[in-house]
Order: sequence, then C-alpha cells, then structure tokens
Amino acid sequence: MQFMLLFSRQGKLRLQKWYIPLSDTQKKKISREVIQMVLARKPKMCSFLEWRDLKIVYKRYASLYFCCAVEDQENELITLEIIHRYVELLDKYFGSVCELDIIFNFEKAYYILDEFILGGEAQETSKKNVLKAIEQADMLQEEAEAPRSVLEEIGLT
Amino acid sequence: MPAVSKGDGMRGLAVFISDIRNCKSKEAEIKRINKELANIRSKFKGDKALDGYSKKKYVCKLLFIFLLGHDIDFGHMEAVNLLSSNKYTEKQIGYLFISVLVNSNSELIRLINNAIKNDLSSRNPTFMCLALHCIANVGSREMAEAFAGEIPRILVAGDTMDSVKQSAALCLLRLYKTSPDLVLMGEWTSRVVHLLNDQHMGVVTAAISLITCLSQKNPDEFKTCVSLAVSRLSRIVSSASTDLQDYTYYFVPAPWLSCKLLRLLQCYPPPEDGAVKGRLVECLETILNKAQEPPKSKKVQHSNAKNAILFEAIALIIHYDSEPNLLVRACNQLGQFLQHRETNLRYLALESMCTLASSEFSHEAVKTHIETVINALKTERDVSVRQRAADLLYAMCDRSNAKQIVAEMLSYLETADYSIREEMVLKVAILAEKYAVDYSWYVDTILNLIRIAGDYVSEEVWYRVIQIVINRDDVQGYAAKTVFEALQAPACHENMVKVGGYILGEFGNLIAGDPRSSPLVQFNLLHSKFHLCSVPTRALLLSAYIKFINLFPETKSTIQEVLRSDSQIRNSDVELQQRAVEYLKLSSIASTDVLATVLEEMPPFPERESSILAKLKKKKGPGAVSVSELEEGKREGGELNGGGDRGDSSAISTPSPSADLLGLRSAAPVGSAAPSAGSLLVDVFSESGPAAPAAVNDDGFLRDLEPPTESSDSLLADPPPAAAPAAVVSEDPAPPLPESDELLNKFVCKNNGVLFENQLLQIGIKSEYRQNLGRMYLFYGNKTSVQFVSFSTTVTCPGELHVQLNVQTKPVEPLVEGGAQVQQVINIECLSDFSDAPLLNIKFRYGGALQNLTLKLPVTINKFFQPTEMASHDFFQRWKQLSQPQQESQKIFKASHAMDTEVIKAKLLGLGTALLEKVDPNPENYVCAGVIQTKAQQVGCLLRLEPNAQAQMYRLTLRCSKDTVSKRLCDLLAEQF
Repeated sequence: MQFMLLFSRQGKLRLQKWYIPLSDTQKKKISREVIQMVLARKPKMCSFLEWRDLKIVYKRYASLYFCCAVEDQENELITLEIIHRYVELLDKYFGSVCELDIIFNFEKAYYILDEFILGGEAQETSKKNVLKAIEQADMLQEEAEAPRSVLEEIGLT
Repeated sequence: MPAVSKGDGMRGLAVFISDIRNCKSKEAEIKRINKELANIRSKFKGDKALDGYSKKKYVCKLLFIFLLGHDIDFGHMEAVNLLSSNKYTEKQIGYLFISVLVNSNSELIRLINNAIKNDLSSRNPTFMCLALHCIANVGSREMAEAFAGEIPRILVAGDTMDSVKQSAALCLLRLYKTSPDLVLMGEWTSRVVHLLNDQHMGVVTAAISLITCLSQKNPDEFKTCVSLAVSRLSRIVSSASTDLQDYTYYFVPAPWLSCKLLRLLQCYPPPEDGAVKGRLVECLETILNKAQEPPKSKKVQHSNAKNAILFEAIALIIHYDSEPNLLVRACNQLGQFLQHRETNLRYLALESMCTLASSEFSHEAVKTHIETVINALKTERDVSVRQRAADLLYAMCDRSNAKQIVAEMLSYLETADYSIREEMVLKVAILAEKYAVDYSWYVDTILNLIRIAGDYVSEEVWYRVIQIVINRDDVQGYAAKTVFEALQAPACHENMVKVGGYILGEFGNLIAGDPRSSPLVQFNLLHSKFHLCSVPTRALLLSAYIKFINLFPETKSTIQEVLRSDSQIRNSDVELQQRAVEYLKLSSIASTDVLATVLEEMPPFPERESSILAKLKKKKGPGAVSVSELEEGKREGGELNGGGDRGDSSAISTPSPSADLLGLRSAAPVGSAAPSAGSLLVDVFSESGPAAPAAVNDDGFLRDLEPPTESSDSLLADPPPAAAPAAVVSEDPAPPLPESDELLNKFVCKNNGVLFENQLLQIGIKSEYRQNLGRMYLFYGNKTSVQFVSFSTTVTCPGELHVQLNVQTKPVEPLVEGGAQVQQVINIECLSDFSDAPLLNIKFRYGGALQNLTLKLPVTINKFFQPTEMASHDFFQRWKQLSQPQQESQKIFKASHAMDTEVIKAKLLGLGTALLEKVDPNPENYVCAGVIQTKAQQVGCLLRLEPNAQAQMYRLTLRCSKDTVSKRLCDLLAEQF
C-alpha cells in the first residue's frame, strides 16, 4: 500500500498515512486529487479506481471515506477488507466510533493504524492482538499519569 | 464535545480542537491557530522549564495544526526531547510527531537516531516496537544507514518477542524498498525464510511481505520458500473455519495470509518437485471448490475475503499458465461473476478475464462470454466497469469475432466517455486492421471511426488506411467511392478531408465514370472543404489538385484558376504559396508525358510481410524476414497491446499506435501533411535494407508525391549518455526469442543495422572490431509516446562462453521517455574461440506491464577476422597443410538468395576475410583467407565457396587451424547465401 486517506463527505482530510517518501506539496496535491475523484463517485459504483499507475480502493462508512492506494498487482478485495478491519479496530477501541472520535483522538487513530499496518503491509490481522497492544500502551500511560492542576482539568492552559 | 472514551485526555488539546471546529470561517480558524502558535512558541521559549505533560500537549497541538494543512516551523526539538522521556505517552507523541513531520535537519536526525538506538536496545518490547514503527514510517536513507545492520539481528534473534519480530520484519522491508543497497543479505536470510513456519500467525503475516519482496529481487536465494509457502497454504486452506481463532475473518481462515502466500508463489515458476506441485494444485482446486459452496455468512466481508483468495489463486493459475483444467475452471468461475449483482465482482471478473484471454488454454473459454461482455459495455452504469469491458473485448478478439466486436466498439464510441475515446479509437483501428480479411470492411471501419470520433483519430491511423488502400488494388475503387460519399456530409472531420483528398487524388479516376462523381464534382466537393481546413490539410489538398490535373485534363483550367487566385499564390503561408506557384508552373509548362511521369500513381509502400506470411516463407532466409511480430492476432493482442493497455488508460495519455498492424511500417505517405510523431525513431540505419521505412520528411514541397525513399546512412540524434544504475526488475530473464538465431544471422556479414523491432521498441546496433577487441553501440528507441520505466538491460555469456568472451557494459538509464532513444556501449574482448552468442536481456515496464525479452547479441567469431592477402601458390600450399579431417568443415546447401556475384562478394568481405582474386583456377569460385584474433591464440582460416548456378547450390569448405572454428564458421556462413 502506498498511502491511506480518511476524509469526510465535505472533503476534509481526517487522517493521512504515507508509505512512500513524498514532499508535503506532493502529498497535498495527491490528497486533493484523490479526494475529488472519490467524492465524485456515485453510490453503487465499484470501489476500485485506476489512478496514475495505482489502484484506489475506497469505501464509505457513515460520513467518512476510507481510501487506500495500492500497487497495480495488489489484491483489491483484500484491501477493501483491510479498510474494514481498521474500522472494526477503531470501533472496538472507541466503542461505536464516529467521525468526532477520530478528530479528537487523532493520535490514537494513528497508533492503532501503526499496530495494524506497518510500512504499507498488514502487520497483525488479529483484532484481539492489535487491541491488546494498544491497551497495554494505555495501561502504561495510566500508571505514568500524574495528577494535574484544576486549571488544566478545565482546559485553561 | 464528545466524551473521550479512553486515553490520556489532554483537555487543553480537546478544547483547542473544539475551538477550531467552532470557527465560522477560514479566517477565524487561521486567527485561532496563530494565537495558539504564539502561545506554544512563548511556552517553548519561556524561562520556566516545561514538564513532560505540557511538552506532550503542545507538541500534539502542533501536530494537529500541521495535519490541518498549516506549516509548522518549530517544535521539532521539543518533540525530539520527548523521545527520551521514560513516560510512554510522551515518547509516543514524540515519535508520532517525528514520523509525520520528519525534517532532514542533520543535527536532528542524529538526535532522533540516538533516541531510537536507545529504545531498540532497551529490551522493552513496547519501546522497541515504537522505535521500529518510527523507522518504518520515516524510512529515510539516514535511518537505513544507521539501522539496516541492526534490524535483521533483532528479527532473527531467538529471544525477540513476537510483536517485535513483526515490526522488525516490516521495518526491514521499508528500508529495503528505499535503500536496497544498504540492506545486505547474509546469514539471516535463510532464517527469515523459516519464519514461514512460525507458530505465530502474526509473525508469518508480517514476515511474508518481507520474504516476497526479497524473493522478487533474489529469487535463487529464497527458492526454499516455495515449498514452505505451499505447505503453509495447504494447512490454512484445509483448516476448518474456527481452527485459526482470531485469524479467521468472517468464517474465512486467514484471508490476508492466504493472499500473501499466493502472491509469494507468483514470484516463482510452478514447483518442480512433483509432490509440492501436487499439493499446490490441490489447494487451488479446493479454493475453486469453495467458491461454489453456499456462503457461510451473508455479510459482504465474508464474500470479499473468500473472493480475495479466489482472485489471488486465479492470478497464480494464470501466472503458471500450464494447467488447462484450472485455467478453464477459473474462466468459468469468473464467468459467473460477470453477472453478479456486486459491481466490484463484475469489475474484477472483467479485469481478470483479460489476462485469461491471452492464455492459449483459456482463450476459447473466455470467448464464450462475448455476449455478456458486450452487454456490460452497453449497460454498466460505472465508466470504470465499461472500460474493463472494452479492454476485455479487445483481448478476446480474434478472426472469428472481430467483425462483431469492432461493430460493438464503434457503436459504443458514439456515446463513449471522453476519457476513454482515444484509446477506444486505437483499439478499433488495431483490431480492424489485424483481422481485416475483407479490405472494404476495413476501409468502412476506419472511415466510420473518423466520422464518429475524428478528433481522436491520430495521424498514424489515417496514414495506415491510405497505405493499405495504395497497396491493395482491389479496394481502391471502393475506397474512392466510400470516401466520396463520406465527404458529402455537410460537416465532416478534417481527417476525413485528408483521407478524401489523398485517395481521390490517387484514385478519383476509378469513380469518374459515374456522372454523380465526375471529375469536376469531385474537385468541387474537395474544394468546398478547403477554406475550413488547417494549413497542412490545405497543402495536401493542393497536391491532390495537381494530381487531378494529371488524372483529368478537363479540370485543368478550373484548378489553374484556383491556384492562380491571390488566396493561394499570395498566401501568407510559405508552404502553401510555394505549392501554388510550383504546381501552377508545372501544370502550364510540362508536357502531358512529363506531367504523367511526375504525378504518377504512388508506388506501393514497402510492405513487410505479415507475420503469418513471414512464417511460411521463413526458408527464404534472413534479410527478408520481418522482426518479431508476435505470431497470431490473439497472442499479439494479449501480450503486447493487452498488456500495455491497462497502463495507458490509467496514465490517460494513450500511446500513438506505431503499432503497424499488417506488418507495414508506419511510414507517413503524406510527408508535408504533418510532422510525424513517429519520425524520430523511424529509422536508425539504412542497412535494414528493403524493409527500411520511408523517410519521413517535412521539407520538400513535392515530397508527398514522391515515392518513399530510404534514408541516409547516419545515426539519428545524439542519444543521452548512459548513467545511473538501472532499477532491478524482478522477473527472470525471458528465454531467447525464437527468432533470435535468425536475427543473429543477419549480422554475420554486417556490423550495423536494426537488430530487433516490435511495436514498442526498436534496437539498433553499430559495432566495430579491431583484432581481438570490439565495441558495440546499442540504441534502444521507445516507439511509443509513453515512457518506459524500470528499463534495464543485461548481457550474459551463458555456459562456457563466459571464459571465451569478456563482455562489459554500463547500465542504462531506467527511464526512457516516449519517442526517445538511449544508447549503451558494450566492450567485448575475445579470449578464445567461441560458438555461442552472448544473451541480451531487456526488461522494462510499459504502462505497468513488464516486458521481458532476450535476444542474441550478434557477436560471432568472424568479427575478429584479420584479412590476409596471399598469392595462389601460397593459398594452395596452406590449404594442403590444413588437411587433417577435423580441420575441414564442409556444407553443400541450396541457395536461398539470388546468386548475384556482387552480393556474394560483399558478404564475403563483410565476413572480415580477404577475398582473393585469381587464386582459384575456376573463376566462378570464391576463396578467402583470414586470421581470427583471440587473446589466447590466432587461428588461420581458409575458405572456398563454389557456386553451382544451374543447380542453385553452393559447396562451402572451410579449413582452419582449429577444428571448432571450422565448424562454427561453416555453420554461420551456410545461412548467408
């Protein structure tokens, strides 16, 4: 896989993961192009698109589009299920995930993705194992959490 | 604001995000962001040392701002500081920031690498994984330099935790992809292969991606993975849906791993070991069987996962292309999908069937679905599916269904999406020509094509229709009539006017008997279009007019009137003005005879034999034989065009069809009509003989009336120098082309010429030899308008040749732009005498499809000849000295060319020997002498060729001081006369 984009129906990018070295300008250009192309598709159209020398595989979940760009020889259907598994992971972690969860906890969305896919290839496909890794990290962090001031609690810093 | 379900809940961050979301305008958002940036900047710069939590929070805010699309120019140092925090979440945010915003600031990179190094050696698996994820996400060369040695050790160490192994495998893969030179194979390689046997499915899943990539580049070293992969696959395929616990996905056991295993197997040919192969075939059969079973779940995830494996299995079956049974079963399965209610499956089935169509085993089975595919072209609502249907129709086309398919494509063109029209036009043109039995059908099709989609008809297409009409008497009258009718339309495309002008100018006389198309009617019809046309078309029409004057003297005064008018003779365009002036003069001063000679009907274009004919006539010997057109239509379609098409459509630009379909070259008959895109490459050398294409010229005013000429002897254009190592292409070199021996023979008696040509590529050769050394220049020309990527060439000396010849070359540029040519220099040293030829393998990707071909490099032993002059007496004395039976080699063979003295002499001189006059008592005979220079020794050679004109036979005798040389020279020469 070369990159993965999550964006809203309005075309707002919610998550971007690049597995090939690109400059920021290239990334912006590609995102714009791909988002535009996918948003122009009607429902019931097929989930695969040819784009440059890559294949775009996308699926819409509620208000969010999940979109992967894979190499030509890559399997489209299994990529579609990569997307679904990722959605399942987010769902399980956040408990019925919605777009807002991903906006407010974007860093978590990235962590979960890293546990699942690394360097563009599936690293661990077992839902249990991925969540176990994330939960272990959360445990580490709770232990480390120090009490904070009241001001901070209400977000005034 | 939503309740944050888990995590550390950085309230400040959440409030900030809420604020941004509440901004009513872009300006308000920027204002809020600038305020926040100022705040963070002051905190970072402030005197008070920030605690880890605050640092984390601010770094996270910066990250958020960056991901919104704003530039961030500070905070990197704070993020790097977080890396060395011993609090997990702080470290984690630090790594995330670095992964997303990596900056090639060398100072920072060193600090980052240091932090990573510490975490890698911490033996804390969670920290190790974080560090590995960061390397995999950044994947920079600096990181590869720092860690490419360490990661393999972590990967194969016995005490590494499974989760770390998984990350290490994919991390290494990323580094290998970005800096393959830094990842050195070693003792770890064999241990990596054995990860396929690991008990932990996650480890296998991660490791197999690495193994697949490594095997593509080093197939031999990883060969053992084949049997391991087969047995792993077989265990998964035969397991019950619950056996693999959490690796079962919607009742499908380990779909990701299965797909990856099947992908890995596609890096290799079918297993040689019968047992392994049997087991694999069993797996593939089981997968095909499962496709027929009722689904275990109604969820789309279940069917997707199951079908993902099925499609991957079919890809493997196609890759092997050796199991007719499986291929036909695959085809039937895909046939079912063609009418599936899921658009995705219909799309994939069409795509996959395209490759099946090019296999000889399944071509017929694919053809049975023609009606469904045509229906898909007409009714699919999604243009990308229609595009696939069009591709498949093209791939399944052969003589039996060409008329139907071309008709359907033409009718589709009327409404086709603009994005795919140009490609469709090319496909129709190629199919119409390739399968034209009846040329009036061909003419109709192309004229229809111009009528329906004139804008998308490239010049090559209309050049071709003219070439074919000129070369085929039987269709000329029909073409004139049809084009005359087509021009009647009130609005017709300029391309139609061009074809019309050319054809009526040549063959208008064939329909002039009919009063409805009398000469004047024809002229008026053409001239009515004149003012609407562009300059090149007008130029062509003027040439048509002068041809009319010759064909129909009664039109002379009318046409002279036109030429004389100010709008012609004083036209501001120099070309038009010149034509008008010269044609007018020509028509007024030349006698009818002269006019008739100058304006004679165009001679036929040099016709290369069609590939099928060429096969039949093969015995005629080299020279006349065409280059590697792939045999019959369908294979050509499948491998050359079909392969390239998919890339074309994705790259949007479609290559121009230098594809010359009947075996003619795409020489432009109308020189001045337009600069031909093909001209750059058309001709590298003139020595390709009668097959050489016409020179395409834009300069001479009468050029379009002249017969095509052969071009001069010089090389065209300076090719760019070779540099930069070529990208390695994975697949094994293809076996030498079947015609490679013949191509080699063409070069025994000459050093320069076109070695090879197909629709994509032309390879020219220029070479020179001195003593035992040689230098060869290879020119690779890209005939398409699309760039070749991963272009690489390798020269190998198979078998014992590598101790006989020393061949050195530099790699070529991996990119060959459309229409461009690259040069490669090969240095050759002859160490001792040899019989085989070095192999030249060329690989590149054209529109995504790998092209892989191997030729024999025309380095033959005679290239190292030094001619030796001697008198008759000396010759026969030496002849007698070489009298041992094995020193002589003799062949008697039938002449395959006319026995022309001059040609024979030229060939013998080309051989490199001295041709000795007045030596043989029989003046009809030829004798030659020379010394072959090798590093090890010199080999004296004497040759005698005795023609027998009556019997059309030759007797060839060679006597050399070394028996192997006698034999080899005799074999080589027997093919030359």
